[in-house]
Amino acid sequence: MTIATTLDRPLIGVPTELARGRGGGGPAPKRIVVAYGFWIFILSDVIMFSALFAAYAVLSSNTAGGPTGAELFNLRNVFIETICLLVSSYTCGIGVLSAERGQPTLFLVFAIFTFALGAAFLVIEGTEFARMVQMGAGPSRSAFLSAFFTLVGTHGVHVASGLVALVYLVAQVIVNGLRPTVLRRLLCWSLFWHALDIVWVGVFTLVYLMGGHL
Amino acid sequence: MSNPDHVFDDRTPGVEEHEPTASYLSYTVGLGLAIVATIASFIVAQTNLLWPPGIPVGLIVLALAQIGVHLVFFLHLGSGSDSTNNILALAFGVLVVFLVIAGSVWIIANLNTNMMSMPAQ
Repeated sequence: MTIATTLDRPLIGVPTELARGRGGGGPAPKRIVVAYGFWIFILSDVIMFSALFAAYAVLSSNTAGGPTGAELFNLRNVFIETICLLVSSYTCGIGVLSAERGQPTLFLVFAIFTFALGAAFLVIEGTEFARMVQMGAGPSRSAFLSAFFTLVGTHGVHVASGLVALVYLVAQVIVNGLRPTVLRRLLCWSLFWHALDIVWVGVFTLVYLMGGHL
Repeated sequence: MSNPDHVFDDRTPGVEEHEPTASYLSYTVGLGLAIVATIASFIVAQTNLLWPPGIPVGLIVLALAQIGVHLVFFLHLGSGSDSTNNILALAFGVLVVFLVIAGSVWIIANLNTNMMSMPAQ
């Protein structure tokens, strides 16, 4: 089968070699290419986090006579943070889905939920950090705390920049409507937000829950 | 994927291109499973439900399960031929993450074991 014949009629049940993006059926659609590139970026971001996780795993027992994780962490707050981020990941997914289906109002409602839950996460995390610094357990107290603030703080900065990007995207949806460009940006943003939740699974497991058991 | 009109095409993570009606359900199922895994890990960490020396292993298993739930239900990474590229990129990322974390922990634990004892702490 030549390329010309495949273009004459819709591609139905064609073998993989003739599909788009595999050489036979022409280039992949732009949103596939864009999202794949963003996926590569997310994986590189995860690799950066892996270095911070490794640093934390290596340094977590070096408390230099200072407070240990078991003494500092409030697991009830961590649980609330986890649920906030998880539900915001859900509303983000549903919101982008509504946008893809051409329902801007529904998207805006879910975007507001997502923003509120992400902001709640940051407020709880910020309060915890402030409390720890106030009781003399700041990043300069021990190697354990330096690694802790670097890892959890980097994740927090990612969440904060995700919220800024969300505001920017909501403005684009309001001004430009659900154009293909805007939809592609929304798709990339939702990948970023889901990835942050995956990183947080690692954070709450390794840092908060395993802290008392290692 | 039993649809005979299915066109093989590359797929982005995060989108179920060919099964749009299943998506709300997929997110909701994913949310339910992820909440169950989260609650389970908090319970395991704070009780003696598991044999205490096995708690870290149990927590790691629950975390991996939850990450799997996120990848499948939120990012819609499947085993179909249309997400091969995404899965391959993910596999390489996981390999690098494993090398960085396991390698660092291994090397530093080895150095700690072989370190001469300090004169005064």
